[in-house]
Amino acid sequence: MEIAENINALFGRTTEQISNAPRSLDILPIGAQARVTGVTGSGAIARRLLEMGVVPGAPVRVIKAAPLGDPIEVRVRGYHLALRRTEAKTISVTSD
Amino acid sequence: MSSVLESPSLDSQNADAKHAPARPLVIALAGNPNAGKTTLFNSLTGLRQKVANYPGVTVERKEGSWTIASDLRSARLIDLPGLYSLDAASMDERIARDVLTGNIPNLPAPDAIVAVVDATNLERNLYLVTQLLEYGRPLVIALTMVDLALKRGLEIDANELAESLCVPVIPVTAQQRVGLDDLSKAVLRVIGRKAEGARWRLSDCTECELMALMSGGGDSIDRQTALRTLYADELPQDDGLREAIESARERLAHINVNWWQEPLIARYDWIEQISSRAVKKHAAPRLSTTERIDRILTHKFFGPLILIAVMLLVFQTIFSWANLPMDLVDKGFGRLGEAVGSLLAPGLFRDLLVDGIIAGVGGVLVFLPQILLLFFFIAILEDTGYMARAAFLMDRLMRGVGLHGKAFMPLLSSFACAIPGIMATRTIENPKDRLATIMIAPFMSCSARLPVYTLMIAAFFSGRKFFGFLSVGALMIMAMYLLGIMVAIGVAWVLKRTILKAPTPPLVLELPPYRVPNFLTISQMMISRAWLFLKRAGTVIMAISIILWALATFPRPPQANVVNNDAAVAQATKAGEESETDAGVKTAPGLAGQSGEQLSQSYAGRAGHLIEPVIRPLGFDWKMGVALISSFAARETLVSTLSVIYNVGKDRDSSSDSLVNAVREAKREDGSPAWTPLVALSMMVFFVLAMQCMSTVAVVRRETNSWRWPLFMIAYMTVLAYIASFITYQGGRLLGFN
Repeated sequence: MEIAENINALFGRTTEQISNAPRSLDILPIGAQARVTGVTGSGAIARRLLEMGVVPGAPVRVIKAAPLGDPIEVRVRGYHLALRRTEAKTISVTSD
Repeated sequence: MSSVLESPSLDSQNADAKHAPARPLVIALAGNPNAGKTTLFNSLTGLRQKVANYPGVTVERKEGSWTIASDLRSARLIDLPGLYSLDAASMDERIARDVLTGNIPNLPAPDAIVAVVDATNLERNLYLVTQLLEYGRPLVIALTMVDLALKRGLEIDANELAESLCVPVIPVTAQQRVGLDDLSKAVLRVIGRKAEGARWRLSDCTECELMALMSGGGDSIDRQTALRTLYADELPQDDGLREAIESARERLAHINVNWWQEPLIARYDWIEQISSRAVKKHAAPRLSTTERIDRILTHKFFGPLILIAVMLLVFQTIFSWANLPMDLVDKGFGRLGEAVGSLLAPGLFRDLLVDGIIAGVGGVLVFLPQILLLFFFIAILEDTGYMARAAFLMDRLMRGVGLHGKAFMPLLSSFACAIPGIMATRTIENPKDRLATIMIAPFMSCSARLPVYTLMIAAFFSGRKFFGFLSVGALMIMAMYLLGIMVAIGVAWVLKRTILKAPTPPLVLELPPYRVPNFLTISQMMISRAWLFLKRAGTVIMAISIILWALATFPRPPQANVVNNDAAVAQATKAGEESETDAGVKTAPGLAGQSGEQLSQSYAGRAGHLIEPVIRPLGFDWKMGVALISSFAARETLVSTLSVIYNVGKDRDSSSDSLVNAVREAKREDGSPAWTPLVALSMMVFFVLAMQCMSTVAVVRRETNSWRWPLFMIAYMTVLAYIASFITYQGGRLLGFN
């Protein structure tokens, strides 16, 4: 499932980058730069993400994935944050 | 300014402090994790600090005294735990909020707060500052890592920042003591003055709701309280207010599903405005040093390899480097025992002092070098920032058993000692994940098991090598560590699917920039941990040593001649020291048998006999039973108990020749050897899995706030140990070993 999504992300990258359609952070390829449009979900994790500066308008860049593909490392507000793909899924982004 | 300072008038919740005639100033130090808070705290207080816990919880409470001005009494500087926010998601955040509002017993609300802000990470650090401002206490910002920010092309205008926030901003370089005087002056200047408060605004609808809450109901509340109650997790007790809040939330949710995000987003909007004025961005290198290092250390292929190499290096070092100081401690206690023994007249008191107390405590202090070394490595890994990378690399595997990447650090610490490991689990926010981590932490082979492994290996598996350099002993120890890890994984898997069932915990973890480790921070951590261990050795273990000695000594057999018995022990010891001679080896078992008679009659011996039928299938005889009973208090006492049982007296070092020989030569009643390689292996397996540490039980009791979990822990671990040991011994016999 995840792999399929990754492959889609890989191949669909160029077309999606042109269209500014919002999508979630977890399907962005490594090295992609995007802007946060919102954090869905409620509860402690959504709150923590917002507190850490993942708020609408903030630029994010996907730096790398851990050896087993998960979690991923992103750069936001000048620092590095590790989060799982399940958490990254709750962050919607749009390409600049 | 006089040394008598009244608490500021905004201090409404602390009536005592208001009337306190004279007390030292209380200053709180707050900041994000990795913002340089500890370094600043150390520079301000020097070594005048103490570490304790907040009442009822195990959040570390660090307090030091800060000479804020030469003519003033030293201020109490409270180091709050590292925080990202004050919204009380974790225990650390709740405690920090309680400190700021004066809700901790015997600790007045702080007269001022020093907020540590990392210049390289300004926006996220300012989030906590906006929340601190909302609490209205006098606030000073200590801006750290300004030079590092400059290297990254970020030039920060401290004056502009101070103007925007309406609080003093003092750039500091704590290690070089730059800016510390200015910081003191700024703190003294703001005391008694309420901070301006954060000037971020909410949408009109939300402001209307706040206004309504402020005026509605019986007691009017201020804007800050209204805001906090509207967005709090729990609803207020008061019926009227609760209804007002609930209906307000409903209206807000109607306009925006994510209504609760509004204040968080509004704070960042304000922060972005401030940072756009205060920060000038210059051209910066495309890749920071940290990113360069991470290209290798968290590399898909090299990352895990390096992690394994680091762990191997740590353990190898502990086993080889620790030997010299361990020998010194051991010899020191041997000398002390001899000296005390020769000073005192033979008798019960001398036996108690030499064989009970000095032998028992010395036997434990032998591990201090190893524990210090392990803490040294853990502190370095933490201080450099590598620990977070380890969590990043290990998270996928940890998640496989339903645990958090953050559980990796407490579990790794548990290889030194489960106590600090269990205490470190408080960084895990979800209580069920935390419990699961606590429950498996004691499976990590702690340093107290090492003497047991060492003794068994020295007696039965030493001297052989694989490939010319890998000793069988090292491989055996590695196997024992792996066994503990495998069982821990299995248990976590089961627990997370049964009694601790919960969705997989999320991971949101900062990967801080790599730093050169700070020697002071590391040595302080080592000292405080070592002190914890020494206190334990000085109290629990000493008490157990005395009890054990008494249990093994009383009731005394009717004809036992004290002087003769002592002479025999002395002779046995002497013989043991010359153990390589044939005569020595021959004498020892005979003497052991003679005194074994007495031990057999003692309370300890009777208990050993009592459990012998139960432990017989594991390959253990009653003497090992006695040792097992004693080691249920603390694992390492196995070695000292065996020394007592086999009459090796003053030799407590697990690798000392006399004890090793005594173990090799020990016989059962029927004359067959008591120990065989298989029995030794069975014993090691038992020690990997059994819960044999009173101090850990006590810590678990305190961490979980109930007896249920520690008792459950003792029960299931002992059962597992029994089963595994049974399989080892009986399986080994079936395979033809003996």
